[in-house]
Amino acid sequence: MARIVVDPVTRIEGHLRIEAQVDGGKVSDAWSSGTMFRGIELILKGRDPREAWLWTQRICAVCTMVHALASVRAVEDALGIEVPDNARIIRNIISATQLIHDHVVHFYHLHALDWVDVTQALKADPAKTSQLAESISAWPKSSRNYFKAVQDRVKALVDSQQLSLFTGGYWGHPAYHLPPEANLMAVAHYLEALEWQRDFIRIHAALGGKNPNLQTYLVGGMTTAMDPNAPNAPINPERLDFITQVARSATTFVEQVYLPDVLAVASFYPEWFSLGEGPGNFLSYGAFPLGGVHDASRYMLPRGIILGNDLAHVHPVDPGQVTEYVTHSWYEYSSGDQTGVHPYDGETNPKYTGPTPPYEQLNVDQKYSWLKAPRYDDKPMEVGPLARVLVAYASGDQEVKALVDGTLAKLKAPATALFSTLGRVAARALETQVAVNHLEEWIGQLRTNMHSGNLATHNGEKWDPATWPKTARGWGFFEAPRGSLAHWVEIEDQAIKNYQCVVPTTWNAGPRDAKGQRGAYETALLKTPIADPERPLEILRTVHSFDPCLACAVHVLDAHGRTRVHVKA
Amino acid sequence: MPLHDHSLPEALALRGVSRRRFIEFCGAMVATLALPSHYIDQVVQALDKKRKPVMVWLEFQDCAGNTESMLRSADPPIADIVLDLLSLEYHETIMAAAGHHAEAALERVVKEEKGQYIVVVEGSIPTADGGVYCTIGGRTALDIAREVCANSALNIAVGACAWDGGIPYAKPNPTGARGLQDAIPGLNVINLGGCPHNPANTAAVLVHYLTFGQAPALDQYNRPLFAYGHIIHDQCERRAHYDAGRFVEEWDDEGARNGWCLYKMGCKGPEATFNCPTVRWNSGTSWPVKAGHGCIACASYHFWDSKSPFYKRLPDVPGFGVDTTAEKVGWVAVGAVAGLTAAHAVGSAVRGKVGGGREAKDAGDGASKS
Repeated sequence: MARIVVDPVTRIEGHLRIEAQVDGGKVSDAWSSGTMFRGIELILKGRDPREAWLWTQRICAVCTMVHALASVRAVEDALGIEVPDNARIIRNIISATQLIHDHVVHFYHLHALDWVDVTQALKADPAKTSQLAESISAWPKSSRNYFKAVQDRVKALVDSQQLSLFTGGYWGHPAYHLPPEANLMAVAHYLEALEWQRDFIRIHAALGGKNPNLQTYLVGGMTTAMDPNAPNAPINPERLDFITQVARSATTFVEQVYLPDVLAVASFYPEWFSLGEGPGNFLSYGAFPLGGVHDASRYMLPRGIILGNDLAHVHPVDPGQVTEYVTHSWYEYSSGDQTGVHPYDGETNPKYTGPTPPYEQLNVDQKYSWLKAPRYDDKPMEVGPLARVLVAYASGDQEVKALVDGTLAKLKAPATALFSTLGRVAARALETQVAVNHLEEWIGQLRTNMHSGNLATHNGEKWDPATWPKTARGWGFFEAPRGSLAHWVEIEDQAIKNYQCVVPTTWNAGPRDAKGQRGAYETALLKTPIADPERPLEILRTVHSFDPCLACAVHVLDAHGRTRVHVKA
Repeated sequence: MPLHDHSLPEALALRGVSRRRFIEFCGAMVATLALPSHYIDQVVQALDKKRKPVMVWLEFQDCAGNTESMLRSADPPIADIVLDLLSLEYHETIMAAAGHHAEAALERVVKEEKGQYIVVVEGSIPTADGGVYCTIGGRTALDIAREVCANSALNIAVGACAWDGGIPYAKPNPTGARGLQDAIPGLNVINLGGCPHNPANTAAVLVHYLTFGQAPALDQYNRPLFAYGHIIHDQCERRAHYDAGRFVEEWDDEGARNGWCLYKMGCKGPEATFNCPTVRWNSGTSWPVKAGHGCIACASYHFWDSKSPFYKRLPDVPGFGVDTTAEKVGWVAVGAVAGLTAAHAVGSAVRGKVGGGREAKDAGDGASKS
């Protein structure tokens, strides 16, 4: 029996620590701890709600724009503001761009090295690598000489004994079993994806001014005014041509590199379709409104809940069922730490009771994380691409159903294979395909509107705070790349009285609740085989399959203007 | 066989750099710095060392925005920086190693590369309550920063949080967050503020340091003058509209559609310094004002508290009329910088340094007024 500690968990956003008990070569129990805390919502108190999005966007820049959108939606909900159709489309284009970018970067730069042994690429035959690449894709960068050049670059790194960011990887670990040629191909695409992500995100720069930290959101719409005849309009024919071109190149990369690579890598690790199963409950608020934001029947990715892995039933979402526990979190509730509290009534008094640093091990019987434990109807939920894809699949969404069934057929796997570590990886890839399917279409809608004289990008009726009621409150939701995100805002006398966010990684990475129910990571790690306790590669595989973002997961929130702070999601 | 026993081409080949790629790479470096072409020899020599300089990138109370921004570096591309220019041996967000192996990589650098490695810090450092608000591997951020930054050759604080505490520092600063230089006084720090930093500036600082062995000219905040020495308002593409009295009066009006001045919508450009309008973002694609939103002065000191509320019009901007601001601030090169590329901006700083520092001095006068 051994206690394994992975801290820092790297190739994620933020500061995550995993402790795991290993018996007989398998994980018998696990604990997930967030080890960083800032306090952004407390800082928001008393400020102008129209600028809350600029602040909340800084919760996380890997998930850039997601908190901006949830924030403006929350304030728009509180004040009863409908945004113009163009603003809806622009927000959808930016959101889809974020989803595509995030998922590709996650696969290559945050997750691939759990499956790909860079040093084994040296043993590859470049000619055979070329054959492999050409057998699965029409992507043109696939010649023998191309792969030889990549291999030479890796060889030089290894020979120099300065491995740079590949220093200290679990190279040679027995759980790696891609053939050398697949390793070389993946390393080549790791490098290509670095360049691709830089170029693709220029859509955000065009529509958001910059990335990360876009700067064109407004309560009521977007600043990117449109005019087909104005050379200096933020959106004009030249800019739309530019983003169309960039979007098209992304479609090619996703279809010819990312998706084939995911399938190729997955085909060598079939056992990971039966490892890493989470709590079996999945939540999606729904994403990409095709009509008004309140018309949940018209989201491209539908809203719903799945319980107990039962794909025959999709349950409706009631935001009133969301609560957060602090039983095992470094906070205390005035009503006692055994009760869950809804975000509108939330309170958080940070109270660190962990070991004094430097420390070796957490006391997991007590409090052990800066993350709270969100629950829906007292159930732990998994959020993210797998949840969205499963909700869409179970809802009968034709596009998603065809993609999922086609992929399962290729992998010769049943639908239950999705409840797994590689299920998350596959769902992420399929969702990326859905997003690229619609990106150009939405840019086209914007172009059509612009040329037909429909130019509005902002609804300014309630811009002046003098038009607001004395008090108002609302919520804004979004399906961020990593999962369900919601902000709750309370406005009084034109200022923020209370602001709360419940974010994806808190759902997934949170600790146990009052009943001792594990969070999604903690459940998914159970039964994970550990070949070498000194090099727990297998733990990284499952944790990374969720795409953790800890900066999002921990933040302080003001509760009703008192001096206590409130940790969000 | 050690690399220094080889001829340069052999050494490069060992590093995986073909002759053609190497020439292209050095050419890009020289262009980034806007140096005369004969400086290519100096860049070649700087890179012809037996070992690549080692870098470690520390993240504390951060959002990874500066990491994300660095990944967008266009010239040189990020892969060239971390594989050819430097050996990046610790960076939580992208490094292969995890847990003990990651910590061992950092320990090795501190011990074996003592006094020679470069540290980049992202995020603020919490100092309240014994530092419990940020721990990595069971150690506090403050503990780690003290050890790693005190033994380096150079520390670079990227982004607002590492410079001055950033958003965690904003009132009421619940965790006692501080920027690197305030958390650990006495360190040798170059500050690259902004939310996030602009990777074009950071790449230029790195190339400058690796080529000349020292930082470019700095202002009173230890920020490079080429990037932080000019007021945004004076470089702004919408400046002519300000001078002519053409303003956006409300969102989505005629002025918004024609790119008029955003001063009345709360733009902080008249009080902010940064080379945002000339370098722009994401391979020069755009910047916030071009996209229709006012500047929030994200590269200014303690901007979250000092420049908000962000939609409130600045009270004390000089009256309208060409060059009024220029006369007040006393710049020589005002307006002329607008439209210059990043490369030119960096180049002027380098030439100023090499040729006696005239431009650096001019810019410094401006910065002190901002």
